Amino acid sequence: MAEWVEACAVDDVDEEDVIRFDHAGRTFAIYRSPDDEFFATDGFCTHEKAHLADGLVMDDIIECPKHNGRFNYKTGEAKGAPVCVNLKTYPVKVEAGKVLIEIG
Amino acid sequence: MTAKKRDYSLVGESTRKAIETGLASAEWYHTDVARKGMKELMQRSDGPAIRDTMIWIAAILGSAAGIVWFWGTWWVVPFLFVYGVLYGSSSDSRWHECGHGTAFRTRWMNDVVYHIASFMLMRNPVQWRWSHARHHTDTIIVGRDAEIAVMRPPDLLKAALAFTGILDFRYSLPTLVRQALGKLSDDEKSYIPEMEQHKAVIAARWHMVVYAATIATAIALRSWIPLVLIGLPRLYGTWHMVMTGLLQHVGLADNVTDHRLNTRTVYMNPISRFIYWNMNYHVEHHMFPMVPYHALPKLHELIKHDLPEPNPSIWHAYREVWPVLLRQLKYEDYYLKRELPPTAKPYRGEFHELDITAAAAE
Repeated sequence: MAEWVEACAVDDVDEEDVIRFDHAGRTFAIYRSPDDEFFATDGFCTHEKAHLADGLVMDDIIECPKHNGRFNYKTGEAKGAPVCVNLKTYPVKVEAGKVLIEIG
Repeated sequence: MTAKKRDYSLVGESTRKAIETGLASAEWYHTDVARKGMKELMQRSDGPAIRDTMIWIAAILGSAAGIVWFWGTWWVVPFLFVYGVLYGSSSDSRWHECGHGTAFRTRWMNDVVYHIASFMLMRNPVQWRWSHARHHTDTIIVGRDAEIAVMRPPDLLKAALAFTGILDFRYSLPTLVRQALGKLSDDEKSYIPEMEQHKAVIAARWHMVVYAATIATAIALRSWIPLVLIGLPRLYGTWHMVMTGLLQHVGLADNVTDHRLNTRTVYMNPISRFIYWNMNYHVEHHMFPMVPYHALPKLHELIKHDLPEPNPSIWHAYREVWPVLLRQLKYEDYYLKRELPPTAKPYRGEFHELDITAAAAE
């Protein structure tokens, strides 16, 4: 069953940046876009097991630190080789200065 | 007992062992760099690459014009020298940086230069994108890395001939022809995902179309010039790429998961660094492939306390590696051990961090 989980405080993530969030043996990536919205995806690249939180956020794109594979972190869409499989995204809401993600 | 020979195929015994022992797709060592500093280093910008690409294109067109103008005289030689290196060598670093997508901030600019440079190198742009991803995942892991330039025991004749481009030409052109006919080798299939394989075939066909058009033009004009400008520079201009590229890993350890031990940083002169787009900072590049070429000198300054001392010149690096290669002819397990400075974290830090007093008490 889906549940809302507190991932971090709003201030924990810089604008146009990403942090790692581990919960119940799983890893997620929490993004703050340049227009100050929050998003969440699986924490590992779908190409190889690399933490996306070590990557670079540029506009709507997260670039994996290992092979520079790119995803749209808002939709999870893989943007071309070497990533071919989309990234799973999760609903996000902000309440009382906290970022919550809905994990299924 | 004789040591077992290395099997460099990507679908053989070494591959099986690398997977079994966890060497394949392993966790690699990274020097600690604060997120803020790393974010600054990773920042993309179109400016430096546009500037360098304009210089590059101007130099290519200028030297090509010189070849056409002075064709048939000895004055053509310096223009051939410059054009050859720009076409046959500097295209390698452009291919490399744009393949990583770090040279330009704008994606299509990376893609355009990547495809042009791939053509100049006679490299299938799809195949090589995937082989290079594998090279970064499994750098110099025998049976996994598709880009090991000098295998052990080293074939010194082959390495010497590489400077002429003959062997690479003899390999690259038939490879493109085979791929254009729709045939991918087992090794290629091992690292190109199935859904991408047809793209490799299409790319090879496009390359063949351009070569066929070049040959047709040469025949129609009854001139060697079209071939001297397109295709043949892969022979006469490849020496600089080989000179700098061989140094990246040759003679160093294989089957280790720390780029400080299997990769070499070499200080180079400014011209070679322009041709090579700063890939002389190769340990830094492998450790942090997200950092664009123009930020590698800064990255080097930031982490050099944790890296082996760089070779001070190309000449120094070759003098260091030559006796190692000679020794590997007899003992292929021999390699050049990179010494880490006292300020560096040791290789496989987890072994050094074990609580030995607790172990002794048990």
